[in-house]
Amino acid sequence: MMLAIDLAMVIEKLVLIVVVVSASLVIAMYTTFAERKVAAILQDRRGPNRAGPFGLLQPLADGLKLFFKEEIIPNFSSKFLFILGPALAMLTAVMTSAVIPWGDKISFFGRDVSLQIADINIGVLYVFGVVSLGVYGIMIGSWASNNKFSLMGGLRAASQIISYELAMGISLIALLMVTGTLSLKEMVVQQQQGGWGGFLGWNILKQPLGFLIFLICAFAECNRTPFDLPEAENELIGGYHTEYSSMKLGFYLFAEYINMFISSVIMATLFFGGYDMPFVDEAGLSPNIAALIGVAALMGKVIFFIFLFMWVRWTIPRFRYDQLMHLGWRILIPLALFNMLVTGAVILYFNK
Amino acid sequence: MQALTNRVKVVERKPMSFLERMYLPAIFKGMMITFSHIFKKKPTINYPEIQRPFSPVFRGLQVLNRDEEGRENCTACGLCAVACPAEAITMEAAERQPGEEHLYREEKYAAKYEINMLRCIFCGLCEEACPKDAIYLSETFTPADYQRKQFIYAKNDLLIPHPVNEPEAYKKALGNKSTKEKVN
Amino acid sequence: MGITTIAFILLSLMAIGSAIMMISSKSPVHSVLWLIVVFFAISGHYILLNAQFLAIVNIIVYAGAIMVLFLFVVMLMNLNAETEPIKNYRLRLIGILSGGSLLLVLIAAMMKIDVAQPVLMSTGDSGLIKVLGHALFTNYVLPFEISSVLFLSAMIGAVIIGKKE
Repeated sequence: MMLAIDLAMVIEKLVLIVVVVSASLVIAMYTTFAERKVAAILQDRRGPNRAGPFGLLQPLADGLKLFFKEEIIPNFSSKFLFILGPALAMLTAVMTSAVIPWGDKISFFGRDVSLQIADINIGVLYVFGVVSLGVYGIMIGSWASNNKFSLMGGLRAASQIISYELAMGISLIALLMVTGTLSLKEMVVQQQQGGWGGFLGWNILKQPLGFLIFLICAFAECNRTPFDLPEAENELIGGYHTEYSSMKLGFYLFAEYINMFISSVIMATLFFGGYDMPFVDEAGLSPNIAALIGVAALMGKVIFFIFLFMWVRWTIPRFRYDQLMHLGWRILIPLALFNMLVTGAVILYFNK
Repeated sequence: MQALTNRVKVVERKPMSFLERMYLPAIFKGMMITFSHIFKKKPTINYPEIQRPFSPVFRGLQVLNRDEEGRENCTACGLCAVACPAEAITMEAAERQPGEEHLYREEKYAAKYEINMLRCIFCGLCEEACPKDAIYLSETFTPADYQRKQFIYAKNDLLIPHPVNEPEAYKKALGNKSTKEKVN
Repeated sequence: MGITTIAFILLSLMAIGSAIMMISSKSPVHSVLWLIVVFFAISGHYILLNAQFLAIVNIIVYAGAIMVLFLFVVMLMNLNAETEPIKNYRLRLIGILSGGSLLLVLIAAMMKIDVAQPVLMSTGDSGLIKVLGHALFTNYVLPFEISSVLFLSAMIGAVIIGKKE
């Protein structure tokens, strides 16, 4: 193959990448705002309402504040790794968005633009691989801080993420047995085919237990309450980001919110039909409008899941560490294996 | 062991049933409770826009009073300074000169009258001690400042606005103190 | 030179360079991190061979799980350069001799190899998940199951060792 590259294709993908990455950054920004607002509303408070109408400019103010803070690099830390930590956390958080189908095709100046950066045939595995790398950002950063509390936070994060990755993977295998494909796009297309306007095709109806396990593991992978032991502020000061300040701290916090957004998107795509909006395919709209409705439907599902993350955060208290490990290894993994076994048996029975 | 009160609740510690051990129903119940809080009334008051009325017994920043013609009531008798448990009040007396009758109500007046707001405990004893109704505690706060010397309030800071020249500011500074007097 | 060749050269340089860095760096944590870079380079090679499944599994299993555990242990043990025992001169000499002779043997073996079937870049589908799965569960089902029994016994052994008081 020579250096022959389709220029229009490159431009199309670049535009898509820029749009997706900046959109996920903006959404993560407003997730921080939503977190504070939802927390306030659930606790009968008002939440930030001073910056702009309804406090909508609050995330900008927070971001500016983080930018203008003094950057402190501890004396006895290894400087390169100290900077690499938050960078990796951010990188792995954003990378996952490459394989997510954000919507159907859109015709644009006579070109069919697929609203997906890369439709690779191992999309689910790619997501899984990137998620498993997410722990490096935390571990490297925590070790490079040269602080006992940071290190403990990092170790907690690493053991927690590794433990819950297993159950997550096994619950995904059961789902893959049902769908028979690893491509996220194909999964969405399959889910659109179901009866009752596509609603009956959603994988949640086929894999309810698998979804539950996946949901719990997603909470653990994002370090969200009730699994936020790595940054348990009343035990470990700030956990792995104790020594961080300024925008490097911001990157860690931001990465958490991007992770939350991305895992919401993945849950919506895998189990809730992705950009499938029931009764839209049947309505016979023009493809562009249908695709835009699809993107909006995906965003609606994502917003629900992000709200769920916050709702759970303000309801359930944090686990103790042995309870966390007990739940991961002795309950979720056997349950996921059982789910896989039942799924396999059912598939065998009906395909006989 | 004998129960200390008859309100003791006996805690049951029987093993949990399967449903209870699953925790999911309990979690769902808890989430419903938090969800119901979305629709509850918020007790917060948006402070600078909405201000709550002060209670009738509120004791705020001191004000030096004038009579209806705008003459200062204070005669610098020093009773407030004597009554003050925190020793926050200092004053210097002066004699009224001819031609100053429109400024001071009686023959003696306070040439200097200072209250150190960092010492003041807003007990209201000065108000009780004053025989001339010259000092009372208003319905405002002491604003924050960066320097200590700003908290020593001189006579100009304490005096109520002139009732004839600036009647609106006078009304505002007076608050509903006058109505309260009548109740007593 | 096509894009694949350039990518191949870059990835190879990255793999070899970081492998050397892994051996030569003083801090064990840095060694582990360099090893992770090596795994990424190898995954890149897999992608060049159109074996996407192998590439991503390499990342999930090695970089995502095993190296995390390595890093975990190394960070917990707090191995510093100062705690490393100083080897004496004679030991060092013996090490150089044995390592050099191993290198000689390897080079000699490499010289003898004639490349019968050069690996084709970005063609071939033996690394794709469908082909691989088919091969594993038909032609190679017995070795596959035996290796899974091996893993199971290793897991049980670990549990038993862990349970011992």
